[in-house]
Amino acid sequence: MSLWRPLKVLPTLMRVGFAESLAYRAEMIIWVFATTMPFVMLALWSAVAHAAPVASSSGRSWGSAEFVAYFLTMFMVRQLVSAWAAWEINFEIRQGTLAMRLLKPLHPVWSFATSNVAAMPLRAAVSIPVLVVLFAVGAHRQLASDWRLWPLVPFALLGGWLIAFFANVAIGSLAFRMEQSLKVMDVWFTCFFVFSGYLVPTDLFPPWLRAVAAYLPFRYQLGFPVELLLGQHELGSALRMLAAQWAWALGLMTVALVLWRLGVRRFQAVGG
Amino acid sequence: MRGLGRYVSLFGLQLRTSGLLAAQYRWDFLIDGALSVFSAAAALVPLFVVYADERRGIPGWSFEESLVVIGCFLLLQAILEGAINPGLVAVIEHIRKGTLDFVLLKPADAQFLVSTSRFQLWRVAGLVNASIVFTFAFTRLGRWPSAVGVLQMAVLVAAAVWILYSLWIVIVSAAFYVVKIDNLTYLFTSLFDLARWPVTVFRGALRVVFTVLLPLGLMTTYPAEALLGRLDWPTLVASVLGAGLFAAAARAVWLRSIRHYTSAGG
Repeated sequence: MSLWRPLKVLPTLMRVGFAESLAYRAEMIIWVFATTMPFVMLALWSAVAHAAPVASSSGRSWGSAEFVAYFLTMFMVRQLVSAWAAWEINFEIRQGTLAMRLLKPLHPVWSFATSNVAAMPLRAAVSIPVLVVLFAVGAHRQLASDWRLWPLVPFALLGGWLIAFFANVAIGSLAFRMEQSLKVMDVWFTCFFVFSGYLVPTDLFPPWLRAVAAYLPFRYQLGFPVELLLGQHELGSALRMLAAQWAWALGLMTVALVLWRLGVRRFQAVGG
Repeated sequence: MRGLGRYVSLFGLQLRTSGLLAAQYRWDFLIDGALSVFSAAAALVPLFVVYADERRGIPGWSFEESLVVIGCFLLLQAILEGAINPGLVAVIEHIRKGTLDFVLLKPADAQFLVSTSRFQLWRVAGLVNASIVFTFAFTRLGRWPSAVGVLQMAVLVAAAVWILYSLWIVIVSAAFYVVKIDNLTYLFTSLFDLARWPVTVFRGALRVVFTVLLPLGLMTTYPAEALLGRLDWPTLVASVLGAGLFAAAARAVWLRSIRHYTSAGG
């Protein structure tokens, strides 16, 4: 993959992607409604914390305010660090329409990436009401107070997205070889829901489960950016987490590109 | 009632087709079954974390009682994803491609035909998951549900299926207006995910929404309460009446939308 050509066509691809996301805005709204799980978990945990704050094994105390800030932030971060290339790749391989992408003088991974990234402004816009609520209920007081953490936030979000995207590409590429690559995606998602902190803050996990989560990519994809925004890490531990996150991102990128390369050789479009 | 007999035999025929299809893909059947056990176990994690410390919990619900709710959830999920969702996917595909014509032309009710067009039989695994959870919960409770409780629960589950099916019809009707909605099934399942927890975790307006407007409480919390022997009769009667209202409204919406359908054939 040379870098110069993608950079030259990137603005155009982004414009196309943005127009696409505008065209399918109804679909996106539906998708957003489908990611309301954090609010449900918020209800559950608020009910649990109603009587007394929940103490985590690391010594942090989670009251209603903490849960509100956590799950609202979780919702917003989820909008930004998600990718759906696995479904696109799977669909295009099945239908043979991937041939059109392969003809273009640009690695298809770039076009999948830009169509994901270009939808982000619209997705971020959906988060605005949630952001307003966050401030209205005073939950913004839970956000990180150490200003040195804030410059890390964009990198943490980008790293989270890279993990999501390349996991998608890797699993999507399996469709070159196997019929049921989307089932692998289901397994990925099941693990993601448990270990990312999406349903339960990993801080509340029993120590052994938290240790398992530390060795999996899911927490780095979603839980870590949220924890960072909420200032749950000291600068030192935040930097260590960031390094681990980017190691996962780069590792998954390598795996994804290798799987793609091995798979695409087998691709046979059915001509018409 | 010759008409009814015809529909019963049609139903049998559609079910047989799905059965043959499942028999054709035996490995899928096994893999999907195994995956469903895995995801059911994963879904229990939040509950275990909540009750990891015995001083905390969902107010009004012990660990075992919450497990009964999850058991009801798994039971309904199996029905939803085995019998209701596959048809939804099929009909959205029909609308997108314009092939719904072939369904509409057949000399039987279109709603019936699309609803019964596909069943995913491996979802039976979900019923197994549910019974494991029920057994575990009631063994730990040290008592078993009464006969009346089981009967009440059966009635409520039937009402819940009726409501789920009606919601499904409403969602499919939306597909006539907005075409690119492959995400609809995803939305449907994720909204249904709300029913995993006792409805009492929602407070204020949300509780009303999830009891009346989108009666998730009725679907899992009430059946669980019936099994635990603490459901009162008025709630049961109201639930069944509500389900009937839901079904009538959904049918009306479907009939309205189908008039809106313009084929894409050529």
